[in-house]
Amino acid sequence: MSNIGSYDERVRTFDWSLAEQELEYTAGAGLNIGWYCSDRICDKGGADKLALLWENAQGEEKRYTYDDVRVYSNAVGAVLRRLGVERGDRVCLFMDKVPELYIGVVGILKIGAIAQPLFSAFGDESLLVRLSNAETSAVLTQKKHAFKVRKILDKLPHLKHIVIVDHDGKTPLKDREVPFSLEGSKAVENLECFPTKAESPSVLHYTSGTTGMPKGVQHVHYSLISQFLTAKWVLDLQESDIYWCTADPGWVTGTSYGIIAPFSLGVTQCVLDAGFSTEAWYRFIEKNRISMWYSAPTAIRSLMKGGDEIVKKFDLSSLRHLASVGEPLNSEAVVWSERVFGRPFLDTYWQTETGCIVISNYPGMEVRPGSMGKPFPGITGTILDPSRNEPYPAPGKIGLVALKFDWPSRMRTYWRNEEAFQKKFRNNWYITGDRARVDQDGYYWFAGRDDDIINTAGHLVSPFEVESALLEHPAVAESAVVSKPDPLNLEVVKAYVTLKPGFAASKDLDLEIMNFTRKRLSPLAMPQEIEFVDSLPKTRSGKIMRRLLHAKEWGEEIGDTSTLEND
Amino acid sequence: MAEELKDIILTYVTKEYLEDDSEPLTYDAPLISGGIVDSFSMVSLKRFLENKYQISIPDDEATPEAFDSVNKIVSLVERFVAKKA
Repeated sequence: MSNIGSYDERVRTFDWSLAEQELEYTAGAGLNIGWYCSDRICDKGGADKLALLWENAQGEEKRYTYDDVRVYSNAVGAVLRRLGVERGDRVCLFMDKVPELYIGVVGILKIGAIAQPLFSAFGDESLLVRLSNAETSAVLTQKKHAFKVRKILDKLPHLKHIVIVDHDGKTPLKDREVPFSLEGSKAVENLECFPTKAESPSVLHYTSGTTGMPKGVQHVHYSLISQFLTAKWVLDLQESDIYWCTADPGWVTGTSYGIIAPFSLGVTQCVLDAGFSTEAWYRFIEKNRISMWYSAPTAIRSLMKGGDEIVKKFDLSSLRHLASVGEPLNSEAVVWSERVFGRPFLDTYWQTETGCIVISNYPGMEVRPGSMGKPFPGITGTILDPSRNEPYPAPGKIGLVALKFDWPSRMRTYWRNEEAFQKKFRNNWYITGDRARVDQDGYYWFAGRDDDIINTAGHLVSPFEVESALLEHPAVAESAVVSKPDPLNLEVVKAYVTLKPGFAASKDLDLEIMNFTRKRLSPLAMPQEIEFVDSLPKTRSGKIMRRLLHAKEWGEEIGDTSTLEND
Repeated sequence: MAEELKDIILTYVTKEYLEDDSEPLTYDAPLISGGIVDSFSMVSLKRFLENKYQISIPDDEATPEAFDSVNKIVSLVERFVAKKA
């Protein structure tokens, strides 16, 4: 029997207080996610239960019980307090998927500071923009990533401490660096958690904007209520599950469903800190008897590419429930997973801003391959007619996916950018930026983005940010960045570039610009294709018309070109 | 040719993708499954090989498995260089 039981019945009787009761939270009382993710589980008798099983590419393994998570997160909290980190200070986690990341988030939340996880593949420019905007006071990082922080340190006056979590004692520490070792630190049995309340800030995740720099999405401790219940009903996490969320906590899925949800539910989770390999992934499932697997369409399509035969080499019978997130899950992937694993991947839909799954397929509900599913109980969704900003009166038409913005884990604002936050609403509906239609039975079907943001392998990339980085290359005069269809990653980044006088297009220059962007931003943001052109299409007022280039890539109608500048 | 190829590729990967220069890369070190080169960066590595050796590697041959170590990349490149000849 699944946790959700009947979806329709849950919708009919829903109230978020269900989660509050399960978590024994009463309105107005203290609420600290860090405590819920460690101390509470221990208090409930789960101290010896395995919380985290971690393995890296070399096969090295580490295991942490809930009591370990409690004691080690206390140690993280204690060291930050000693350094002077206080309630509300932003503490960035800039690491691979190492145990210090998972336990570090818990420790930061315990002292009332704001956890700011950032993807460890970010280049120095991406890092600088996000640390500057958040005025981050401390960074927890590994020695292999510390050099990126050092490169930008002079531009970060607010950054007081760089905590190296794997300092070997040999390499000399540089300015503002502090050594730390999880296992080597003195056991901190008791740490007084900061008495955060429901609306106290908890996590700050950065997301890409169409026209501006990345925005910090501000979440609060009350987000736990939604994250706990959606994990229970959608991911169907149960006491005996061995759970694997393949997402990196540098992105919201890895934090909401890779740290907060499983730890607050007291579930055992596994982490594989290694690059993708079909065989290694199947071996990981077999070895650890994974029962619930939450992954992403790009990974699933990569597994599909590996074929059916390889699946037969492994005993994957432990898998009982599969779900997917990040980008639309194509129907072929759903059908394939049902054939080879004996169960379909259920698509889930949500965003950094929503903090939790908002539209989904559910255990026990009929799966319509290719569909996003239906709104989570308690969440009101609709399709808005963009011309009127009103819901369409009947199903079937493609419009804007909009939500009533009233569930616990919704973002509270964009960090110091209330204006951008307010722009996300029309007629009191939160506009997701995605387009979809609803069928007669209430299932949502994704149709595309409503803006220029590029969704590559489930990660959002801002064309503006890539264009800005390209312009810093000495050869680039102008640039326009659009998405390009890709069978594996859904979309990839493509750049149109004009060159400055004295530079000529060549294969070597193409590669040089690719690598330049990769190092400044991230591999995700690196254009997978660069097209050198003599000029870019512009309006008469000089604005680059990205939509014409987008239409060219996607084979779409170009539309109105009356404002196009005449060459 | 293999030895020279190996060194060129190893030097390139070390220079472009390795963040921690304290641990030198070996010819058999897992690049993709070891998380040194991700699938997106693999595109730039493929582009480097194509430019350098004047070859074209089709996407279905440019798999994570084929790019998983310097030695494997050398085998792949040698195959396409031989085809060209």
